[in-house]
Amino acid sequence: MPKAKKPKVAVWKFASCDGCQLSLLDCEDELLAVADAVEIAYFLEASRAVVKGPYDISLVEGSITTPHDAERIQEVRRVSKFLITIGACATAGGIQALRNFKDVKEFISIVYARPEYISTLEKSTPIAEHVKVDFELRGCPVNKYQLLEVINAFLNRRKPNVPSYSVCLECKRRGTPCVMVARGTPCLGPVTQAGCGAICPAYHRGCYGCFGPKETPNTASLSAWWRKLGVQEQDLVRAFRGFNAYAEPFRKESEAYEQQ
Amino acid sequence: MVGEQVLIERTDFQRLLDALHQRGYNVIGPTVHDGAIIYSEIASVEDLPIGWTDEHEAGRYRLKRRNDQALFGYVVGPYSWKKFLYPPVLSLWKAKKTGKSFEVVPNTDEPPQYAFIGVRSCELHAIFIQDRVFTNGKFTDPHYQARRQKIFIVAVNCVQAGGTCFCVSMKTGPKATVGFDLALTEIIDDQRHYFVVEVGTEKGAEILQKVPTKRAQPDDIQTAKERIAQAAQHMGRQLDTTNIKELLYRNLEHPRWDEVATRCLTCANCTMVCPTCFCTTVEDVTDLTGTEAERVRRWDSCFTLDFSYIHGGSVRASAKSRYRQWLTHKLASWIDQFGTSGCVGCGRCITWCPVGIDITEEVRAIRQSELNRTQ
Ligand code: SF4
Ligand code: SF4
Ligand code: SF4
Ligand code: SF4
Repeated sequence: MPKAKKPKVAVWKFASCDGCQLSLLDCEDELLAVADAVEIAYFLEASRAVVKGPYDISLVEGSITTPHDAERIQEVRRVSKFLITIGACATAGGIQALRNFKDVKEFISIVYARPEYISTLEKSTPIAEHVKVDFELRGCPVNKYQLLEVINAFLNRRKPNVPSYSVCLECKRRGTPCVMVARGTPCLGPVTQAGCGAICPAYHRGCYGCFGPKETPNTASLSAWWRKLGVQEQDLVRAFRGFNAYAEPFRKESEAYEQQ
Repeated sequence: MVGEQVLIERTDFQRLLDALHQRGYNVIGPTVHDGAIIYSEIASVEDLPIGWTDEHEAGRYRLKRRNDQALFGYVVGPYSWKKFLYPPVLSLWKAKKTGKSFEVVPNTDEPPQYAFIGVRSCELHAIFIQDRVFTNGKFTDPHYQARRQKIFIVAVNCVQAGGTCFCVSMKTGPKATVGFDLALTEIIDDQRHYFVVEVGTEKGAEILQKVPTKRAQPDDIQTAKERIAQAAQHMGRQLDTTNIKELLYRNLEHPRWDEVATRCLTCANCTMVCPTCFCTTVEDVTDLTGTEAERVRRWDSCFTLDFSYIHGGSVRASAKSRYRQWLTHKLASWIDQFGTSGCVGCGRCITWCPVGIDITEEVRAIRQSELNRTQ
């Protein structure tokens, strides 16, 4: 194959912790191959060199929390052919979306000495609420193999193998005895999308829901079972208000128990 | 000799494992791991779950100490032998780009030669059922067959039943009757700890030559029989299989499916732990440059949306349709497809369902509603 022009990749940051971008740098063994296959045109976390757009792939990390960012994401969309959100912030609003359940103005007046300098939106929202997104990659942080898989699939013009079923499938394929059944440890795995490789149950912990709601999540049935395991209602609210608190099925479930 | 019954003392049990190891077998047996009894590589008798038992209820499993030193004093763990005969993840082939074409390199890795220690009767039946699926003439799965052909099976007859067991209903236990090389019944009384061993094949007889054995006396054989009969009387569950296929086929629109759908998480655990479920998906992956590709097979389940995805969407979008597919495949359409039930009554799907959905209870509800109507 004649060496075609390498696709230009940009990595953008909005309200986030940088963990997902770091997952890309964390692809140590594969990083050279990635650098060989694409031109990293804009990636401030890794390099200050900036190549002008338009970009073939934009990886977007972070949620929209300020009026400025709400405008900036429009610009990113304009210069991007294929826009992929990476991580719970960009895909569901992130942990900072906990503000969505409260009054932000109150926080600001408590936390900051000069609240008038703070320009912020009332809600932390996912990128897809602002612009069209071509692919959403879940996780807090994203799984580096899934990230590579998405880039790889894009480069080879195929569908990425990123399933939307439950963590339980990964847990069982891995051979972990279920922590909920064998230990009575509450686990969000049955309503959470696979992708992490079911790490927490392998270390005797329940799933924290980092990859957000799976396809057709039955949160009500899981909550009812958690109640039988002795979980209090306020703890159920907390469990669903993690990194994906604002993803609709988790949001509704936490609200259902908050009202009670 | 085949058909003969002999005794092995507990103190000589290690010799059986040694004989298998010497024969080059990769010996797999029960062991305590992560709070459950799972099947894993066994180096010595010390690796077995000595003095442990397991309690089963719908959605609940706990290990408990026994008041004796039984080697096989538990029922069944979450993972069946399926994970060895039909691995959860398997590379099927790789392909390399060669100029304008590509070259396919099949996975010809020689699978290990396994000896399974502690195969329960229901699990033996599950293996026979998978044989019908995978080694059925024209549609043979070479990977399954390669593993299956070489296994050595040491069955263990159940002398206690678990809280979710119903092998008696499914006519698959608790005594192993065919398909084993050796079948053990563990007997512990005040004085002795020993095994009554039934020889199933020449291969089994040959291995026994390396192990100190005695002739089994009629008394020993009788004791073994009684213990197994006890297990048969203490099944934790029952399933009435009378005309079960017709019962389910005429109730495909029964309101019970809607009810169970409110509880079912569509998490797929039941299908993963079921020793007969055989569904997989294949994933094609490439390297970044597109010069190499690989096809990987992974366990899949009729509980995922992708499983029934065809152009335009998933055929089974609702939880109701997915639960119904699972239950009716196990107990009804399996009979049309393969000539046997797809369920051996091992109870795993009941124990390991995170919300305790019970296949026997679901069938009972449907059957009962018909009886109520005719009364
Ligand atoms: S431990 Fe959690 S993720 Fe694993 S099978 Fe159980 S419920 Fe599912
Ligand atoms: S359907 Fe349930 S009880 Fe029947 S064989 Fe499968 S796991 Fe065992
Ligand atoms: S019940 Fe579902 S997963 Fe199991 S064999 Fe049938 S279709 Fe496959
Ligand atoms: S029946 Fe239980 S194990 Fe099976 S998919 Fe539903 S919730 Fe999961």
